[in-house]
Amino acid sequence: MTIETSRPRSARRLVSVPPAVLGLTPFALYVLLFLAIPTVLAVLSGLFDAQGRFTIANVAALFTPDILKTFASSFWVSAVTAIVGAVVGALVCYALLGLNPQGTLRSMVDSAASVLAQFGGVMLAFAFIATIGIQGFVTVFLKGLGINIFANGVWLYQVPGLLLPYIYFQVPLMIITFMPALEGLKPQWAEANATLGGTRLTYWARIAGPVLAPSFLGSLLLLFANAFSSYATAAALISQGAQIVPLRIRAALISETVLGRSNMAGALALGMIVIMVVLMWGYSALQSRTTRWQK
Amino acid sequence: MSGVRPVGAAPGRVARTVILGVVGILFTIPIVAMLEFSLRNLAGGYTFAHWAGVFSPASTVTYAVVFTGLRNSLLLAVVTVVIILVILLPTMILVQLQFPRLRRVLEFICIIPITVPAIVVVVGLAPVYSVVARLAGSSIWTLAFAYGVTVLPYAYRAIQSNLSLVDVVTLAEAARSLGAGWASVLWRVILPNLRRGILAAAFITVAVVLGEFTIASLLNRVNLQTALVQVSKSDPFVAVIFSLLALAFAFVLLLLIGRLASDRRTRAQKKAS
Repeated sequence: MTIETSRPRSARRLVSVPPAVLGLTPFALYVLLFLAIPTVLAVLSGLFDAQGRFTIANVAALFTPDILKTFASSFWVSAVTAIVGAVVGALVCYALLGLNPQGTLRSMVDSAASVLAQFGGVMLAFAFIATIGIQGFVTVFLKGLGINIFANGVWLYQVPGLLLPYIYFQVPLMIITFMPALEGLKPQWAEANATLGGTRLTYWARIAGPVLAPSFLGSLLLLFANAFSSYATAAALISQGAQIVPLRIRAALISETVLGRSNMAGALALGMIVIMVVLMWGYSALQSRTTRWQK
Repeated sequence: MSGVRPVGAAPGRVARTVILGVVGILFTIPIVAMLEFSLRNLAGGYTFAHWAGVFSPASTVTYAVVFTGLRNSLLLAVVTVVIILVILLPTMILVQLQFPRLRRVLEFICIIPITVPAIVVVVGLAPVYSVVARLAGSSIWTLAFAYGVTVLPYAYRAIQSNLSLVDVVTLAEAARSLGAGWASVLWRVILPNLRRGILAAAFITVAVVLGEFTIASLLNRVNLQTALVQVSKSDPFVAVIFSLLALAFAFVLLLLIGRLASDRRTRAQKKAS
C-alpha cells in the first residue's frame, strides 16, 4: 500500500526539489546564525586565552575549589527545589484529575502555571522581596506573632533565599510537564483492576505507579535542569556575588576587562552545557518510555 | 452512579479540595504580598498613591526608564512574532508537506534552546551582535533575533499541536487538483486551518518576550525587565506595580491560548461523535 501511494508523490517531489529545498534555507540560516554559532562560540571561547591562543587553563580552572563550590551550590539548590517541586506538583496534578478538563478552574490553573513557570523571572524576585523581605508581608506578620525569620541574619539575598522563589516556579512547571502523563492513565486499567478484585492501593502500587514512574523521574530531571539554568530570579535577588553558576557567568562576563578572566565565562558555559546535555538526554530517554503508554 | 466509590485514578472530593486549597493559598500569598506592598504608605497605613502615580500623565516622565523598557519590549514582541511567522511557520508547513522525514530533525532543533539555556547562549551572542550591529545598526529591535531562538520550543509546540490535527497533505493535494496555485493553497487553505496554532504561538511569544531578562541584561540593552530591576532600586513600589500588571497581562494571554486549545478539542470531539 505504501509503495503505491509513495510513488506518485516522490515523482512529484523530484520535479519540485530545487525550490522546496530552498524554502528551508531561511530557517537553517537563522538557526545557524543565532543558535549554532553563539553556542559554538560560547564553548570555544573557554578553550582560548585572551590573546587567542589555545589553552585548557580555563577548563582546568573549573576544578578549582572555588568554582566547584559554585557548582555544588547550584546542584544543591536545583536538587532541593526539583524534589519539592516534583512532589508538590505531582500532588496538584493528582487533585486536578478530579476536575473537568474544560472547566474554568482548570483553565485558570493551567494559565497561572504557565505564567509562573515560564515568564516570572525577575518579577518573582520582587514578589518574594514583598513577601519575605525585611519589610515583607509575611515577615511583618510573623514578627507580630513574635517570630523573627531573620534571627540568624538575612538569608533572602543568599543562596538559601533562592529556594522559595525557585519552588514557586518549579511546582507550576511540574504541573505542566507531568499532567499529560497522569491524564494518559486509561480508565479501563482502573476498571480491570476493580473487576479483578484489586483495591485503590493495588491500583496505585501495581498499575499507575509503574506506568508513571519514568514520567515522574523525567519531569524531576527537567525541573533540575530548569533550576540549574535559570538566571533572572537569582540575578534580581542577588545583585552582587557569584554564588551559583549562572551568577558566576555574569561575574565573568561583566569583569571581561580584568586580565586573564575574559574567557572564564566560556569555560563555565561549557561546564553548564555538559551537565544540561546529560540531564536532557536522560529526560528524553525517560520521556520516550512514557509516551509508550499515552497512545 | 452517586455513592459508588470511584475506581479510577481521580481523587475523592475531600483530598482534591485539601490539596488544591492548601497549594492555592500558599501560591496566592506572594501575589497578595505584592498587592499589599504596592498599597503601602511610607508614613504608615495604606494609600493608592503609588498606583495613582503610575497611571498619572506625569508618570511617563517620572518613570521614563520603565516606559522606554515597555516600549522596547513591545517592539521586540512584535518583531519576534514576525520572525516566528516568517521563518518558523513556513518551514514547518514545508516540512509537513514535502519533507516528512525531516520532521524529527526540525523538532529536535526547536527543542535545543531548552538544553542550551539563555545564560549560555548569551556568552556567544556578544560577538555575533557586534557583527549584527555593524550590518543592521545597534537599535533595540535586533535583539528579536536572539529572542526568536529562545521562543522556538514554545512556538513550535503551539503550531505543531495544531498541525498534527489537520491533514495538510490531503488538503493541499485536494486544492492543487482543483487548480489552485501554491500561493492560494497556502493562503486560503492551509493558513486558515492553522489559525488557532498560529495565534497561540503568537501569544506565547509575546508572553516570553515580555518576561525576558537574561539576554537583554547581559547584552546591556533596556527592556521591560531590565528597566524594572533598575527602577526597583530607587522606587520598589513602581517595580512591584508593573510586575503585577505584567503578570496579569501574561495570565490573560495564556488564558486565551487555553480557550483556543479547548475550543479546538471540543470541536474535534463533536466531529468524532
